[in-house]
Amino acid sequence: MQHTIVALVENKPGVLNRVASLFRRRGFNIDSLTVGRTEQPEISRMTIVVDTDETNVERLMSYLYKLVNVIQVHDLSKVPTVNRDLAMVKVNANDENRTHIMQLVDVFRARIVDVSNSSFIIEITGDEEKIEGFIDVLRPWGIIEMVRTGIVSMARGAVPLYPNGKNGNGYHHENRAGLNLPLTSQFYGGA
Amino acid sequence: MKLTGAEILWESLRREDVEVVFGYPGGANLPIYDALPKFPIRHVLVRHEQGAAHMADGYARASGKVGVALATSGPGATNLVTGIATAMMDSSPTVFITGQVVSKFIGYDAFQETDVTGITLPITKHNYLVTDVRELGHVVREAFYIARTGRPGPVLIDITKDAQQNSTDWEYDDSPIQLPGYRPDLSPSEKDFQTAVELIQSAERPLILAGHGVLMSGAMNELKEFAERTNTPVAMTLLGLSSFPSSHPLYLGMMGMHGEAWVNHAIQNADLLIAVGMRFDDRVTGNLKTYAPNARKIHLEIDPSEINKNVKVDVALIGNLRDTLRQLLPRIQPCEHSDWLSFIDSLKGESAVRDIQNMPDNGKLHAPHVIFDIWRLTNGKALVVTDVGQHQMWTAQYYHQDIPGYFISSGGLGTMGFGLPAAIGAKFARPEAEVWVVCGDGGFQMTQAELATIAQEGIKINIAVINNGYLGMVRQWQEFFYDSRYTATPMRSPDFVKIAEAHGLTGLRVTKRNEVEEAVQRARQSKETVLIDFRVEKEDSVYPMVPAGADLHQMIRRPLPNPVLENVENDI
Repeated sequence: MQHTIVALVENKPGVLNRVASLFRRRGFNIDSLTVGRTEQPEISRMTIVVDTDETNVERLMSYLYKLVNVIQVHDLSKVPTVNRDLAMVKVNANDENRTHIMQLVDVFRARIVDVSNSSFIIEITGDEEKIEGFIDVLRPWGIIEMVRTGIVSMARGAVPLYPNGKNGNGYHHENRAGLNLPLTSQFYGGA
Repeated sequence: MKLTGAEILWESLRREDVEVVFGYPGGANLPIYDALPKFPIRHVLVRHEQGAAHMADGYARASGKVGVALATSGPGATNLVTGIATAMMDSSPTVFITGQVVSKFIGYDAFQETDVTGITLPITKHNYLVTDVRELGHVVREAFYIARTGRPGPVLIDITKDAQQNSTDWEYDDSPIQLPGYRPDLSPSEKDFQTAVELIQSAERPLILAGHGVLMSGAMNELKEFAERTNTPVAMTLLGLSSFPSSHPLYLGMMGMHGEAWVNHAIQNADLLIAVGMRFDDRVTGNLKTYAPNARKIHLEIDPSEINKNVKVDVALIGNLRDTLRQLLPRIQPCEHSDWLSFIDSLKGESAVRDIQNMPDNGKLHAPHVIFDIWRLTNGKALVVTDVGQHQMWTAQYYHQDIPGYFISSGGLGTMGFGLPAAIGAKFARPEAEVWVVCGDGGFQMTQAELATIAQEGIKINIAVINNGYLGMVRQWQEFFYDSRYTATPMRSPDFVKIAEAHGLTGLRVTKRNEVEEAVQRARQSKETVLIDFRVEKEDSVYPMVPAGADLHQMIRRPLPNPVLENVENDI
């Protein structure tokens, strides 16, 4: 199953390398990884999509926590989220198909951001399914080039991912990779 | 006050209570060496940087303080790598300092430039590249803090030559360290304690598995009290040895691949395993599918990533082991497990007849005899450091250690060549201790150059080379699993006695069991380092043995003595 893991990390040189290196070393394959700043300039947010089972996600999250520069880790696959991917697609567009493609762009609520005599660049955002669907209908016209950002993800509702917790860094032991809580509740009927 | 980076480094080390640094100078760390004489820190010149790394590691394990090694850029730094990985696998609190080329040359393949932070990223707890002298003091403080707190481990600081040379206004800053992503201070929840207590009080066949964490958190007394109050026998991991006195009635001995048979059988028969400061390494569990099939498991551990990694547990008490045990103890009511303890005793009786110490003397010098005699003659009071291989397992089995921290060995990485330099480091940490290093003939030659360090520094240790003319452990695997095809394991070694003498040290040779005592006593009485070349039985094997991946109770046992066969062999 695909898991979307969000890691809040210190915005310092080499942190991306540490995270990516951890995935490689522990034998996990990254489907997509995006990094960007947050509203706090000293913190960056990584969204990592990885295809693995539940046990391995728990392992992975606890390994991420071992990195000194990693502040918080969440598996957003367990909560309702908004997911967005952005793609730019350069597609053949001539007099014959131009109108048709513009109709498709309308239907998918995408945008044409560049036009030439023989091509469009189309920008589309949405969840992965929507983008896959759009690419499928464009394919017959001839995709010249394509780029995707990879998924970014945010939990729904007003509560932030990082409520300032007891250490001032939002870290809660019980959250940690779901380690103690699920196990003990599983064996002893919860508490 | 205006100080150079090099001066800031040494002053920071002094503030961290560093007394000795093991190192090797070179182009990219010359400014650091140039500033050294101004500071009250002893420097030990090694013969290879790997030696420096193992010395820092041995020092850390013997003292409980942070061990420090210093090397130059490029080859100096890469030579540290084996030692850093060793310290990482065994969670040894160490700080490694490397020189780096001038910052404007980084990335240009300058002379002796290597991406040291990149190379050591997966084998350090954390690492730093310092290019700006103004960051240096702060980084050194963070590095020591990270190395010694939480689950300890190696931290590397790579310092460019310009950051060593440049000056800045600097005052030592002792404000609390702020690391938003670093959490060394986890503690178990009340609910976890309750669950653990219920399991402990209701267990009929409980067993404590004691690991390295007991020593590192200093929880020896708490562990003893816990074991005594609950009448629970204590099994040890290799690195847990010495954390619980071997002379204690509840002491069982080592578990795992070369653990005692009764210990492995006890694990397989237990209904509760209380794992304290250990990580269910594959050398300890054997086949995970059949490991302790009837046991509930409680895991006391400081590193959350170790929970459920290899063995699923019923409850985890995450936190500093000593603090956790201190909180657990008042909640525990005394209990008795006399049936369980007598069951384990009955297993011991069966093992005793297979113990080589109880077998008739066949006139040959067996390594277990040598180690047993060293234990006897040192009254069990020596600080023992091992290398890696058969002699290591025999030392674990036959040097019955009572003194916490007096058994030092490379466990997780299994680094041949660790023994001699680690023993040097341990001697600097515990100058009052009688230090014995037990090596094989193979591992000894990997770092034998450090004999020159011993001679130059004038330190006194005792070196027992268990010389069987083979890479013994590999030979044993070839015997058991590769039809005795001894490919590349027979080893012709130099004359170790002459090697010792060439370094100005004393060398002795022992070929018969009745010579062991005299040689050991001569070594002990000598004021200088003595090497004893024990020419032992060539093709002896370590028993019991759980083959890799086999069930823990499926052990290869030492064949029972057969007097008829022995006689035939002697006649030939």
